[in-house]
Amino acid sequence: MSDVNQESTERLDEQARLEICVRILEEEVSKQAVEHAEINPLSLSMPTLIISKQHWYRCAEVLKNHEQLNLTYLRSMAGADLETHMEVIYHVTCIERNTDYCFKVKTDRDTPSVPSVTSIWPAANWNEREIYDLLGIQFPGHPNLKRIMMPDDWEGHPLRKDYEPLDPEV
Amino acid sequence: MTNWFEGSLTWGIFAMFAIWVIVLLLIVLGFVTYAIYYERKVIGWMQGRYGPNRVGPFGLLQTVADILKLLMKEDTIPAKADRVLFKLAPVIAFVPSFAVLAVIPYTETLVFANLNVGLLYFAALSSISTIGILLGGWASNNKYALLGGMRSGAQMISYEIPLIISVAGVILMSGSLNLGDIVKAQGNGFWQWNFIPQIIGFSVFIVASIAELNRTPFDLPEAESELVAGYHVEYSGFRFAFFMLAEYVYVYAIASLTTVLFLGGWKPLFPFLDFIPGIIWFIIKFLFVVFCLFWLRATLPRMRIDQLMGLGWKVLLPLSLANLFITAVVMEWFR
Amino acid sequence: MARTEELLLNVGPQHPSTHGVFRLIVKLDGEVITHAEPVMGYLHRGTEKLAEELTYTQIIPYTDRMDYVSAMTNNYILCHAVETMMGIEVPERAEYLRVIAMELQRIASHLVWWGTYLLDIGAMSPFLYAFREREMIINLFNELCGARLTYFYMRVGGVKWDAPEGWLDKVRNFIPYMREKLEEYDQLVSGNEIFLSRVKGIGKYDAETAIAYGLSGANLRCTGVKRDLRKDQPYSIYDRFTFDVPVREEGDCYARYLIRMEEMRQSLNILEQALEQMPDDGDIMAKIPRVIRPPEGEAYVGIESPRGEIGCYLISRNKPQPYRLKFRRPSFFNLQILPELLKGESMTNLIAILGGIDIVVGEVDC
Repeated sequence: MSDVNQESTERLDEQARLEICVRILEEEVSKQAVEHAEINPLSLSMPTLIISKQHWYRCAEVLKNHEQLNLTYLRSMAGADLETHMEVIYHVTCIERNTDYCFKVKTDRDTPSVPSVTSIWPAANWNEREIYDLLGIQFPGHPNLKRIMMPDDWEGHPLRKDYEPLDPEV
Repeated sequence: MTNWFEGSLTWGIFAMFAIWVIVLLLIVLGFVTYAIYYERKVIGWMQGRYGPNRVGPFGLLQTVADILKLLMKEDTIPAKADRVLFKLAPVIAFVPSFAVLAVIPYTETLVFANLNVGLLYFAALSSISTIGILLGGWASNNKYALLGGMRSGAQMISYEIPLIISVAGVILMSGSLNLGDIVKAQGNGFWQWNFIPQIIGFSVFIVASIAELNRTPFDLPEAESELVAGYHVEYSGFRFAFFMLAEYVYVYAIASLTTVLFLGGWKPLFPFLDFIPGIIWFIIKFLFVVFCLFWLRATLPRMRIDQLMGLGWKVLLPLSLANLFITAVVMEWFR
Repeated sequence: MARTEELLLNVGPQHPSTHGVFRLIVKLDGEVITHAEPVMGYLHRGTEKLAEELTYTQIIPYTDRMDYVSAMTNNYILCHAVETMMGIEVPERAEYLRVIAMELQRIASHLVWWGTYLLDIGAMSPFLYAFREREMIINLFNELCGARLTYFYMRVGGVKWDAPEGWLDKVRNFIPYMREKLEEYDQLVSGNEIFLSRVKGIGKYDAETAIAYGLSGANLRCTGVKRDLRKDQPYSIYDRFTFDVPVREEGDCYARYLIRMEEMRQSLNILEQALEQMPDDGDIMAKIPRVIRPPEGEAYVGIESPRGEIGCYLISRNKPQPYRLKFRRPSFFNLQILPELLKGESMTNLIAILGGIDIVVGEVDC
C-alpha cells in the first residue's frame, strides 16, 4: 500500500517510541521491569513489550500517568494459553497522541496469576473477569473476580488448551 | 326516561332499567370493539402499515377474534397473589367506568340519567377506578405490577385535581352541574362553545384527561418498555380483558365529556347546519376527540414520572386555578 | 420516620428494553436505583473457543452472529486481521464493495438503534419508520449476498460476490431518499419537548471517565474526544474519503443521539464518494493461497463499527486454524460504565441510559 520510504520512516518512529517507553519504565520502575521489547511487524508495527509480573502493577501506573506516555485508554485485553506459559495481553493507547502499545505479562500455567489493573484502568474490570472465567488466570486486587460468561458452577476454564469438555459430544 | 326516576320503583320500571342498561352495555362494547379497530387502523396508517386486515372484511372482525381468544384463554392467578383482591380488582376498575356513562347526554332527549349533579357524579365515580388498578397491582404480588399500580395511583390522584378545577370554569359559566344544561348554555355555532372562553381550562382538561386515561404520553403505569406491562402484567384472559375494557370505556367517557363540556355537545358547527340531527354532531365531535387521542399516541414519546408529577402540580394546577379565578372575575365584571 | 424498604428487581433476562437476553439486578429505593449489577452470559456461544477448531473462512459466519445488527463490520474485522498478518493486498473493487457494504451497514445499524431507542422512550412510530428504511438496506444486501442479516459476504482477500447488475444504481438512488428521511426524523423527534426532557442531561459523564472505561464510538465522541478509527488509523480505503467525525461536548444521551444521527449523514457522504470513485470492473478476490495460514506471530487490529471500536487479536501458529482468537467487542466495553451511570437514577432513566449506550447482547456475550 504505502511505498518503502514512508514505511521505513514510520518504522523508525515506532522504534523511537518503543525505546522511550523502555527507558521510562526502566527509570521509573526497575531495570528488570522490561523483559523483552520489540516491534511487531505483523501487527501494523506495534511496539510490544513483555513486562515482568512483579513489576506490572507499578508499570501500569507509570504508563498511565507519565506525561510522555499518557496511556489512559485500555483498548483491548486478552488472555492466552500458550501451553508453555500463559499470557495476558494489553493494548493500551494514548488518545491525544494516537499511539498504541502492546504489553504482555507472562505467568506460569499451574497457578496463573497477574496483578489486577482495574484500579488503574476501570475498563479492565470485566475483561479480567472474562479472562479469569475462560482461562483461569487469577487477578489479585480485583474487586469482584467471579465468572462472567459461564454459569457460576461451571467446572474448568474453556479456553485453556488442556480443557476437557464435560460432554465430549458437544 | 327521566320520569321513571320520579315514580316508585316497580318491577316494570326495574325491567326497563335493566333493558336500557343492557342496550347501553352493548353500545359500549360495540364502541370498544371498534375503537380498538379504529385505533389500530389509524395508528397503522400513520406508521405506514395496513393495520388489521385479515379477519373479516377489512379486518373488521379482528377485535372480535381477539376478544374470543381472551375468553378462551386459561385464567391464571399467580400462586402468591392475594386471590380475593386479584379477582376483585378488574371489577372495581370496570364498574365505575361503565357507571359514569349514565349521565352523558347524547342529545337533548337521549340521556340515560339526567342527574342535576352529573359532573360531580362523573368525577367522583371515575376516581374509584384508581383503587381497582392499585389493588390489581398490589394483589398480583409482582414488583413490576406494584410499581405500575403505585405510579398509577400517584398519577391519577395528581391529575384528578387539575381536571376537576379546570371544569369548574365551565360550571361557573353555565351555572349548573347538570351536563345537559351545560350543553344548552352553549349556542349553535362553534364560537359560542365553551372551549373559546375557557381555552386555558380546555387545554388543562385535555392534558389532565389524557393523564387520567393513562394514555401516551402519560402511559407510565403500563410503560411497556420499563415496567413490561405495569399493573396488569399478571392478568390474563378475561380479567385482562376487563382492564382493557375499562381503559377503552374511559376513552369513551372522556371523549364524550370533552364533547359535552367544551365542544357544544349535540350543537351544530354553524347555525345553518342545524338540520343535521344532534346525535350526528355528537358522534362527529366525539370521534374527532378519540382520533386526537390516537394521534397523540402515534406521535409522542413517554414522559418520566417526576416530570409528570411536576407538570401536574406545578403547571396544570396553578393554571386551572388561575382559569377559575379569571372566569370568576370576568363573570362578576360583566354581570 | 417512615422508611421505604429496598426492592430487588430483576430487569431481564426477558425484558423488552434490554435488547436481548441481558439481565440487570437493580436495587430500588422507591423508584431510585441504589445499586445495579449487570449479569451477562446468557448469549455466550463460545465463539472464541469454537474458532480454535475452524479454518478462517469457517469462522466468518460466526462473526456474523456476534453483532448481528452490524454483521458486515464483523466480517471485515476478521478478514482485516488475517490480511494484515499475511500482507494480502485486496483488489480495488473489492475494497470499494466492502466500504459500501460497511457504510450501508452503519446506517442500518444506527436505524435499528434509533427506532428501538425511541421505542424504549415510549414513542412507537419512529421504530416503524426506521425499519421501513432499514428494510431497503436489507434488501440491497439481500441482492448482494443472498442474506438479510448474517451475510457471510467478505472473505480473506476480498468479497464473495460482485455487485449484481444495477445494484450500484440502487445504492445511488437510496442516498437522496435516506437524506430526505433523516430530515423527516429530525422534524419528528429531535426537537420534541418530551423527548428532549427525557434525554438531555441524562446519563452524563466526562471525557476522563469515558476514556478510563474504554468507551468507544458515539459513547466516547459525545464527551468531546474526537476518536474515529476511520480517521485516526485509516484501514481499507477510508483515507480516500472526506467526511466529518461528529463530536459533542455534553456527554449525555442527547449528545449520543445527535452524533449517531449525524454519523448516518456522514455515511451517506462516504457512500456517495465511494460510488463515484469505484472502478467499473476488476477483481474482487486477491490471489490467496488455497489454505489460509497466517505466519507465526500475532496481531491486533481495530476498526470502527457502528458501536465503537471492534478489534481482533489473533495469535497464529502457521496453521489453518487460529491458535487464539480474541475479539474486542465494543458493546462489552461500553456496557461497563452502566452500573456507574445508574446510581441514583430512576427506573425510567435506566431505560433511557441503557438504550443510549447502544448494546447488542450477541456482542457483549460473544
